[in-house]
Amino acid sequence: MDVISRLNVKVSGPADAQPMVFAHGFGCDQHMWRLVAPAFEDRFRVILFDFVGAGGSDVSAYDPERYSSLDGYAADVLDLVHALDLHDVVFVGHSVSAMIGALAEVAEPQRFAKLVMVGPSPRYLNEGSYVGGFAAEDIAELLDSLESNYLGWSAAMAPAIIGNPERPVLGEELTESFCRMDPSVARQFARVTFLSDTRDVLPRVTTPTLVLQCSDDLIAPVAVGTFVRDAIPGSQMTVLQATGHCPHLSEPDETIAAMSAFVREAAA
Amino acid sequence: MPHKNQAREAFFDALVYDDPVQLYERAPCGFLSTTPDGVIVKANATFRTWVGRDAGELVGTMSFVDLLTPGGRIYHETHFAPTLRMHGSVREIALDLLRPDGSRLPVLVSARLDHDDQGEPRVIRIAVFDATDRRQYERELLLAKQAAEESAQRARAYARILQETLIPPIPPAIPMLDLAAAYRPAGADMEVGGDFYDVFAVGEEDYVVVVGDVCGKGVEAAVVTALVRHTLRALAVTHDAPSAMLTRLNVVLLQHESDRFCTVALVRLHRDAEGWSVVLSTGGHPLPLLRRAGEAPAPFGAQGALLGVFDEPKFSETASRLLPGDLLVLYTDGVTEGRRGEELYGDPRLRAVVSAGGDPAQVVDALVADVVAFQDDVPRDDIAVLAIAVPPAG
Repeated sequence: MDVISRLNVKVSGPADAQPMVFAHGFGCDQHMWRLVAPAFEDRFRVILFDFVGAGGSDVSAYDPERYSSLDGYAADVLDLVHALDLHDVVFVGHSVSAMIGALAEVAEPQRFAKLVMVGPSPRYLNEGSYVGGFAAEDIAELLDSLESNYLGWSAAMAPAIIGNPERPVLGEELTESFCRMDPSVARQFARVTFLSDTRDVLPRVTTPTLVLQCSDDLIAPVAVGTFVRDAIPGSQMTVLQATGHCPHLSEPDETIAAMSAFVREAAA
Repeated sequence: MPHKNQAREAFFDALVYDDPVQLYERAPCGFLSTTPDGVIVKANATFRTWVGRDAGELVGTMSFVDLLTPGGRIYHETHFAPTLRMHGSVREIALDLLRPDGSRLPVLVSARLDHDDQGEPRVIRIAVFDATDRRQYERELLLAKQAAEESAQRARAYARILQETLIPPIPPAIPMLDLAAAYRPAGADMEVGGDFYDVFAVGEEDYVVVVGDVCGKGVEAAVVTALVRHTLRALAVTHDAPSAMLTRLNVVLLQHESDRFCTVALVRLHRDAEGWSVVLSTGGHPLPLLRRAGEAPAPFGAQGALLGVFDEPKFSETASRLLPGDLLVLYTDGVTEGRRGEELYGDPRLRAVVSAGGDPAQVVDALVADVVAFQDDVPRDDIAVLAIAVPPAG
């Protein structure tokens, strides 16, 4: 199966415009970007996709070997870039996908023009003087509870996560797929995500990078965003008023504004 | 009627007592309201009791997510909150509430995000249900599920080991003879099929090649398959003639408690200075195809009686020589009786593949692939194919 259907790739905006690829984080799918991505369709070729196991991707393409590290996900991003023959890519990655984007950029920097990292964290565990936000036992507990309970349970319950009938903003298809992930895939994705350590990748990023940091983010605290900014040469950070881990959902306008200034300015 | 009056008094008493405040505070589930960002603005008495905190601690200072375990917080931030934003509601999410003393309360949480007139998020209303017993039960179910998965895996491993004792994964090499074989089981991988083949040496220049099919599948069929294989190996030592081996095998099968029958195509090969002689005997089995160098393939041998059914069956023998370039294909009925709807794979397709040429490995691979593809990749029956050929001279 080709990468376009494997990753459920959706393309919009002018066909000859600069490509802007949006990558969702752990837990959800491309619909995460529905309040933000359309704002860039005027000047960019907007490309959305689901990682294998999420949303409308082809779950049968899930290969535990390939996805045993973030490299497999980065390889998917590059497969996508090659399949659509993209150049000058503006890559927007949320959460773990910010690091997946960094890995892809380091592998083939000539394809990328800009990186936007929304709530990035290269290491969730505290380690020595590094503060990731979580102790080893917290992550162990998360993985335990994911394995024994939450994801298996919530995946089975996903059909029950229904739209609000008084505010039918979401289509039927989205209702069924949003936040759904094959439980066995989700377990491994969680393990790969929360135990990964991509700190040494950051200094090798050469593409201009913007870190979008929420002011109160449990998953990726401000200290972590600052670490990312300091580690990537020449990168800049914007601290949003938005709280939580998903500013593109909670404060889409602020997120769009913060991104626009960066992505719309001419490349140096 | 004092009874009726008492009932009426009790009714009004309950009605007055259960005013909206009581209804809220003493509801049998926890209620709390938060800002769209999650800061608690209100929590009922039930919830406060469950989390072991008073209103002063909770309201205006703590967020719902602060009351969760670290694992739960991540789940909240990556699943719960985004879904609530996107859908306006979430239902039956399993989380653990953390009390100040470190103890936990397993809960199920449903929440709803309400918007103001301008459509902006205004308040999150959360209902929390004690799920202690349910969680315990789920844990037991989960353990049972894991145990079931493990035993299914063990069953598959046993089936594979058993199958490998009946079908050698790699047939032995015979000097001056090309040989290839393949086996493709039908259906679930937990089942052992009834098809088998065997290749073994009887002396320095003598070999036996067998392809057979025991009726049925599973462990019972495997027991009979093992019996047939080992009986033939033992008979080969004392009996030169394939027909005599089949006659003895028939007696053994008739005396065995199982009433399963089987089919066999048995070839005895002898190498001499000029090449190979073959003697074939079959019992109830499709005739092998012999492709002479440069000729179309044709059935080789004569039909014999099904084994394990008749008291005095007849088995004939056909002898010939295999010359350089000749190829002999033995197969089970899973090949010719492969089905697509009402249509059978049949002899003509089999012969077409064998005619197409190639050495034993190529013919075996092509035939199995064609039969499997004919059945849309889901063969209904086991398929066993074995081919031998004398390498072309020079």
